Amino acid sequence: MKISKEKFGQAFDALVAEYQIIAPVSDANGIAFKGVKSFSEVKQDYLNSKLPPKAFFFPQHEKLMSYKKEGKDVSVKSELKVENTVLFGIRPCDAKGMQLLDMVFKNDQYTDPYYYERREKSVIIGVACNKIAPTCFCSSFGISPAGSEGSDLLLIDLGDSYDVEMITEKGKALAARFEALSELSADEQALVDKIKSAVTPSKVDVSNTTSKLDKMFNSPFWDTLQEKCIGCNVCSFSCPTCHCFDISEEVRKNEGTRVRTWDACMAPLFTLHGSGHNPRDQKKARWRQRLMHKFNYFVHNNGAMACVGCGRCIKSCPVNMDIRQVIDGANKAELVVE
Amino acid sequence: MNKIINDIRETARQLLAEGKVDVVIGYEKGSLPLKATPCFVHSPESVDLLIWDETCENNLAGYLAKTPGKKAIVAKGCDSRALAVLLQENQLVRDDLYIIGVSCHGVIDQRKIGAEVGEILEASINDGKISVKGMEGDKEYLFTELKDATCQTCRYPNPVIEDLHIGETIEVAQEAPAFADVTEMENKSNSERQEYFKEQMSKCIRCYACRNACPLCYCQECFVDCNSPKWLTGGVNRAENLFFQAGRVLHLAGRCVDCGACTRACPQGVDIRALNRKMTKDVYVMFNHESGISEEGKPALNEYSANDPEEQFLVKE
Repeated sequence: MKISKEKFGQAFDALVAEYQIIAPVSDANGIAFKGVKSFSEVKQDYLNSKLPPKAFFFPQHEKLMSYKKEGKDVSVKSELKVENTVLFGIRPCDAKGMQLLDMVFKNDQYTDPYYYERREKSVIIGVACNKIAPTCFCSSFGISPAGSEGSDLLLIDLGDSYDVEMITEKGKALAARFEALSELSADEQALVDKIKSAVTPSKVDVSNTTSKLDKMFNSPFWDTLQEKCIGCNVCSFSCPTCHCFDISEEVRKNEGTRVRTWDACMAPLFTLHGSGHNPRDQKKARWRQRLMHKFNYFVHNNGAMACVGCGRCIKSCPVNMDIRQVIDGANKAELVVE
Repeated sequence: MNKIINDIRETARQLLAEGKVDVVIGYEKGSLPLKATPCFVHSPESVDLLIWDETCENNLAGYLAKTPGKKAIVAKGCDSRALAVLLQENQLVRDDLYIIGVSCHGVIDQRKIGAEVGEILEASINDGKISVKGMEGDKEYLFTELKDATCQTCRYPNPVIEDLHIGETIEVAQEAPAFADVTEMENKSNSERQEYFKEQMSKCIRCYACRNACPLCYCQECFVDCNSPKWLTGGVNRAENLFFQAGRVLHLAGRCVDCGACTRACPQGVDIRALNRKMTKDVYVMFNHESGISEEGKPALNEYSANDPEEQFLVKE
């Protein structure tokens, strides 16, 4: 089914009354996901945002609760604020990334109320990629540039209209507001099929990476891998699946807040114990953690790799550490007999 | 092949084969067009990875203290200035270092290309011309059009300390440092300047790429990581971001060698250099000091003398 962009725009603008709408816009620094009030503000021709949209569910710096001591009384207040939200224009890699984050923040052992409440009250409208950047490699992970996993609705841009695919009940409910939906013409169907069959030209073979990493904890591979890394947090902060955080107290006199802040395995402080001991005191241990977590531990725990091939870390790394080359290097590394 | 590259490789081969160094730190071709990547060569068999061109944008000096053993480094002017400061501050042992000096005409600022032709698919550099095939179109640039802002005001394209010089040296006019960019910023009204830095600081995501790319940010514990006292929170907002950036710049007063590595490393395009340049100018005006221009001497704020221009700063007994 398709909807003209004009009709879609009207439906989009009508959502503003009930939802906070997050969509790609063009800013001083490229493409960013930001709050919008009208479809006219939305950037339609874009590859992907510079930073992933994960911050709308898992903010970089988030107040969990605040507290105050007055005399002998202590009051504690929840800081959880949740709005009904529509995220529009999420690319298939990032939508898949949300599904991976769901596994961390909502599983049979634990549900994170902050993440989960926001996630529950959101609808994700994915938009398939018509153009593929040279650093995109989502096909390596079985994700398609027009993949629907993680989206509630998937749109495929046909120029003047969108092909609309309803993926979940939430998506269907939202699409019920769309007027004048019509069937695709044969030409449009052909275009949809073409976009759906696209694969990223850049691919990395991950078929045996997990089992290879099972045997690589003590490999000399890590010694040389880490040399050029400067240990900043760009790769983690720009990753749609990285989710490590730190919880700290921001206290002033008799009141304070408990905050959760993004942290990263590349930072030595992340694992520094109160005793002064640091189990990952060397960069090579930190890099091993990064790769193992994404391509081994996460697979063992959740049955999927924690990388969606969005390529942001490749583009933003100040020293051009290319995760594709890192995986390839691990695939080819000689195993040391222990 | 380019003679400079050949000479770098031959030098590296000899140093490694003769056991004079354990590692040569230089550049190799990166995985993206117009991008070189730092390269650690441990054996003579791998020296052919080494390259040299206008894409060698990282400052390699910061790797040295963290790399064990004897090491050689391919150093352009700004890398060598950072080495000079590190030596002045006793962070490196000169005898463990072999500096392969190369004069530098400047490095490419990729952002200018991306803004015009989108993602770069392919690119080549020939005789000062850079041909780029981008997702949004093709374009040919002159190198001078793409030269990084730092390199446009560079006064030290030739290494200031080196054990061997490779290639030609570049003639530099003997004149006092110019700070036209700083003057322009100073001439803005307070509110204009405030607006400018508000916008810049709102882009910062506190990933610390600037700090980590800086060859002279080597504190064991950075003030941003200290939690007792907790100087600043992890809050990512303009005020906290400015506190971090301004704090970092002040810690580099009289030490910053204006290599631009911080600004190039920033994934968000924050104009960090605007702060550094103002501080560099102030240090020059107040102390007549340029950082890291020789192995001797000390950073401006490490020197205490009775001749200090500030009256009563030190009094002779």
